[in-house]
Amino acid sequence: MITFAPLLVLFPLLGFLFNGVFGWKIKNEKLLGIVGSGSVGLSFILASVIFVQMLGVEESARKQSVEVFTWVSTFTGSSSSFSASVAYQIDQLSILMALIVTGVGFLIHVYSIGYMRGDPGFWRFFAYLNLFIFAMLNLVLADNFLLMFLGWEGVGLCSYLLIGFWYDRKFDIGGEEAGSTYTGHAGMKAFIVNRIGDFGFLMGMLLIFVTFGSLRYDSVFSNATIMSVGTPVLTWITLFLFVGATGKSAQIPLHVWLPDAMAGPTPVSALIHAATMVTAGVYMVARCSILFALAPTSMLVVAIIGALTAFCAATIGLVQNDIKKVLAYSTVSQLGYMFLAMGVAAFSAGIFHLMTHAFFKALLFLGSGAVIHAMHEEQDIQKMGGLKKYLPITHKTFVAGALALAGFPLLSGFFSKDEILWNAFIGEHGSPLLWLIGATAAAFTAFYSFRLVTLTFDGKERFDHHHLHPHEAPATMYVPLVILAVLSVVGGLVGIPHVSQLEHWLDPVFDPAKIKLMQTEHEGFGLELLFMVVSGTIALAGIWAARKVYLERPEVAEQYASRFKKLYRLLWNKYFVDEGYNAVAVRPIVKGSDFLLWKGFDVAVIDGALDGSAAFVNKIASVLRKIQTGVAQSYATAIVGGILFVLTWIVLR
Amino acid sequence: MLLDNILTLTIFLPMAGVVALFFIGKEKSDTIKYVGIGTTMLTFAVSMVLWLKFDSTTSAFQFARQVPWIRALNISYSVGIDGMSLLLILLTTFLTPLALLGTWNSIQHRLREYTMMILLLEVGMVGVFAALDLFLFYVFWEAMLIPMYFIIGIWGGQDRIYAAVKFFLYTLGGSLLMLVAILTLGYLSSTMQGGRFTMNLVDLYRVGPSLAMHVQTWLFLAFALSFAIKVPLFPLHTWLPDAHVQAPTAGSVILAGVLLKMGTYGFIRFCLPLFPDAAIRLAPWMSLLAVVGIVYGALVAMVQTDMKKLVAYSSVSHLGFVVLGIFAMTEEGIQGAMIQMVNHGLSTGALFLLVGFVYDRTHTRLISEYGGIVKPMPVYAAALLFMSLSSIGLPGLNGFVGEFLVLLGAFKSKILDTYAFAGIAALGVIFSAVYLLWMYQRVVFGPMRAGGLYGGHHLADINRRERWSLVPIAIFIVWIGVYPSLFLTKSAPVAKRIVEQIDAVKRGAVPRYTMAPAPARRMAPARHPARLAAERAGESERLP
Repeated sequence: MITFAPLLVLFPLLGFLFNGVFGWKIKNEKLLGIVGSGSVGLSFILASVIFVQMLGVEESARKQSVEVFTWVSTFTGSSSSFSASVAYQIDQLSILMALIVTGVGFLIHVYSIGYMRGDPGFWRFFAYLNLFIFAMLNLVLADNFLLMFLGWEGVGLCSYLLIGFWYDRKFDIGGEEAGSTYTGHAGMKAFIVNRIGDFGFLMGMLLIFVTFGSLRYDSVFSNATIMSVGTPVLTWITLFLFVGATGKSAQIPLHVWLPDAMAGPTPVSALIHAATMVTAGVYMVARCSILFALAPTSMLVVAIIGALTAFCAATIGLVQNDIKKVLAYSTVSQLGYMFLAMGVAAFSAGIFHLMTHAFFKALLFLGSGAVIHAMHEEQDIQKMGGLKKYLPITHKTFVAGALALAGFPLLSGFFSKDEILWNAFIGEHGSPLLWLIGATAAAFTAFYSFRLVTLTFDGKERFDHHHLHPHEAPATMYVPLVILAVLSVVGGLVGIPHVSQLEHWLDPVFDPAKIKLMQTEHEGFGLELLFMVVSGTIALAGIWAARKVYLERPEVAEQYASRFKKLYRLLWNKYFVDEGYNAVAVRPIVKGSDFLLWKGFDVAVIDGALDGSAAFVNKIASVLRKIQTGVAQSYATAIVGGILFVLTWIVLR
Repeated sequence: MLLDNILTLTIFLPMAGVVALFFIGKEKSDTIKYVGIGTTMLTFAVSMVLWLKFDSTTSAFQFARQVPWIRALNISYSVGIDGMSLLLILLTTFLTPLALLGTWNSIQHRLREYTMMILLLEVGMVGVFAALDLFLFYVFWEAMLIPMYFIIGIWGGQDRIYAAVKFFLYTLGGSLLMLVAILTLGYLSSTMQGGRFTMNLVDLYRVGPSLAMHVQTWLFLAFALSFAIKVPLFPLHTWLPDAHVQAPTAGSVILAGVLLKMGTYGFIRFCLPLFPDAAIRLAPWMSLLAVVGIVYGALVAMVQTDMKKLVAYSSVSHLGFVVLGIFAMTEEGIQGAMIQMVNHGLSTGALFLLVGFVYDRTHTRLISEYGGIVKPMPVYAAALLFMSLSSIGLPGLNGFVGEFLVLLGAFKSKILDTYAFAGIAALGVIFSAVYLLWMYQRVVFGPMRAGGLYGGHHLADINRRERWSLVPIAIFIVWIGVYPSLFLTKSAPVAKRIVEQIDAVKRGAVPRYTMAPAPARRMAPARHPARLAAERAGESERLP
């Protein structure tokens, strides 16, 4: 079956080529949509078949790889010189990722057929989406870092293209400097911030090659296992790789692009900026678990950044009014949880949360898309309210997603988040402080998700009835919502600690790291159960508070906003991070390059010196040419004078 | 017979076009264009024979021909190619017809002379890459300067004279020193045991490495100055933005696409194998200039207001990568540098064509004059994005392969012995995205100026001719990006040979030729130690 693995990648590529090359001529949206989603569907089926086959074989036979061709190499034949192939590796982790990417991806493709109906760029949209799936599958299925990097940058490109998809539209950048700018700016920002991360990835990759002599996972990881914990080069490698992860997965300090990325069409936000691409950083850290396990410092950094991001993004989410912005900060925050999991060596838990988050966050985004669709592009939740009457299916599914996000007991998000928090308390580098930060953020999460639900679907209708007649979306849109809602509710069952199989499914991938960490199974099932109860209580409290405030006493929110004016302003302005970057980095670099380097050095110094020396020669020449008068007598005088001078010199010497 | 002289045919075939043009009336502009395109396409077809018959298992010079030229000085017409020359010759013969096709209607006056100049330029360029005699190399090197000077000076923009003179003086200033170095090298050869004055590169490959360090260093510097100006290496780059902005589009395409590579070609062909000790010694300094150029060029490109100037400065940045790869002196670095020369020729050549396309329509290159052209010109927008991504070094397209190999080479390099060069160079990855995407944002997206009307003309999307000048480039961009082995295997033996030589030199495996202490005032030809020893043994009569 492994021999068919390259087909997983090929189907979406063919879909991209078809829609990209012929799409502009084809006016038939149905055909474009079927090709677009069908190619992803085929990949999903194939991934499922491979997955089922893997279940049938014993654990050691589940990891296989297949090489397609040599990609980048020196081709000099020297043994020590570089070579990397287009080669795919199927193992427990990569097939799980492939299932998530193609499964959720397929649903979102189907949804998009309805959502993008009538858009002049319909073909372009599906071409980009297919290209994205192609790149994303390369990212997760690659058997070496270089091919992963191809996927890594490829998804970044698709993100850029899709954020700026409606290039003639403007979007609100939010905060106090609220103004609007073209969507292309958001795309550019995303690409450039990601490139800063990619610089880290690149450096990490180069260091890996000089250290291990290869970029293949197999040889790198097996060579790493014989190294000792705390080897400096491993710390550098993992820190650089983590810089890459912060870029792609929008962690502090490179999180600034993701909220702006909401300028793209909503299915894009669901697929790329919630369910799949932004989790690439988590996947990468999980993939390199053995390297991180050998670098305790890096683990600690990952855990701290993760916890801080989870917390800060959740606080920002409390006050935003744009339905997609709330979800965007929520995504940043949830990704923070995943990194927290990685940092405390709870790799399976992190991947588990990655999966459940893909379900419920895709659901929430698609639901918000249905709302925005119904509201004719209105995204401000203060101008909504009471929509459950008009959008019953959307409402129910949205609530299911919000409950899962909030960590409502027994839904998918509850199990995965609880496991992370439990590990943050007791795992490697775990501490009560990390747990406290995570738990507080969990309370905020529950609060903002139900603030969002309540303001959107309940209470008074705050929109203009004369112009708006909200209506339920077509079947292509609500069927994916229902499927995702089911997954959000029951998806957690695969990963219940001590009961289900997911943890053990992934064990072979993370065992080398766990052995290095000498992690023992934590005793104290009772304590773990207690933590579960606490998590559940926190979630319920947050949900209750949000319902109470926004359903019954909306004035309380405003009172608090005015009482804690400074804090509110800080959150409303997203901690002024963008403004800070502009003042500290962007403007100085641009101005410096303009005035110091270009106009200062290039034009003034170098060309100044050149033109100056030219002018100097000119000047001398204009003096010297006066000697050349053309008068024979003066020449004769000069000759005689010269002869006399030379004779005198010879005689007197 | 024909196959024996196929290289010579490739070099001089464009001359046939020049001769033909003499007999065509200057008013028959279509005929002139067809002759120009036809000749260059035929040259490309002939050069394809080189590609097909090329043996990529050896690093020896192939298709070699040697005909005595100036017997008294042992100067000969000697040509031959290895994998690196092959790639660059193909790049030249590939880009020249595309440059002519892409600028079909851009030249309105003195078309005949213009076409002649382009053809002469091609002769010079291919000749430079094929010459195996230093004197012949120098002749081609300087000969190529003249048509380029006229192309900028006659068919250029507003300040064309300033730019042309600057270009000419800069390049000539460098190459005169190179001439001195070439003659010195020939003379030193004659002072060696059994030596004679020679300009033959293969012979000199044996002479150069045996010279003493200080001699090598001076000669290296004389050559390197000339090449560094051509590349151009920071801080010798200021002729480039002016030359590019003023040159007509085809001139810019060839200038960026091929001419700049002569500098980097020179480093690999001459500086490294002729003066390996000096090259090893000076590698950190050359790399330093390269890395400064990468970052500096990118930052200055970022703040340009003129699209052409932006692309010109981006060349400074990109060529910095090539130079860094060369002086890393690892297989990765040199392979990366060689493929990156081709890559830069393709993507920057295409970018200049694209800037030319909108310039033909609007007669402005100022970024601020554009905006929102995706609406009237969607195909153009897509093409510009594609070429920009290639230039940015997106994996899957050509630029990435070269950049990555260069960075890896610099990282591994024992000669540079620090990660700092590669680390700083990798920052270029960020900046290239910044300057190109920012330009793209301002030109293509955003508000449309005057509803797509420029000077009363509606902006038409690129036509079929313009598209077809880009399609071949795009094909190779993807090809190199996805499956570079076809190209890298061609240049691999060259990289291997050079690295092996450098390693041998580092191990001290090359006999050192020291200058004898000069007797009072008069410079005496120094003697080879072997010869001195032989003389002492009284056997000198047996040696010639």
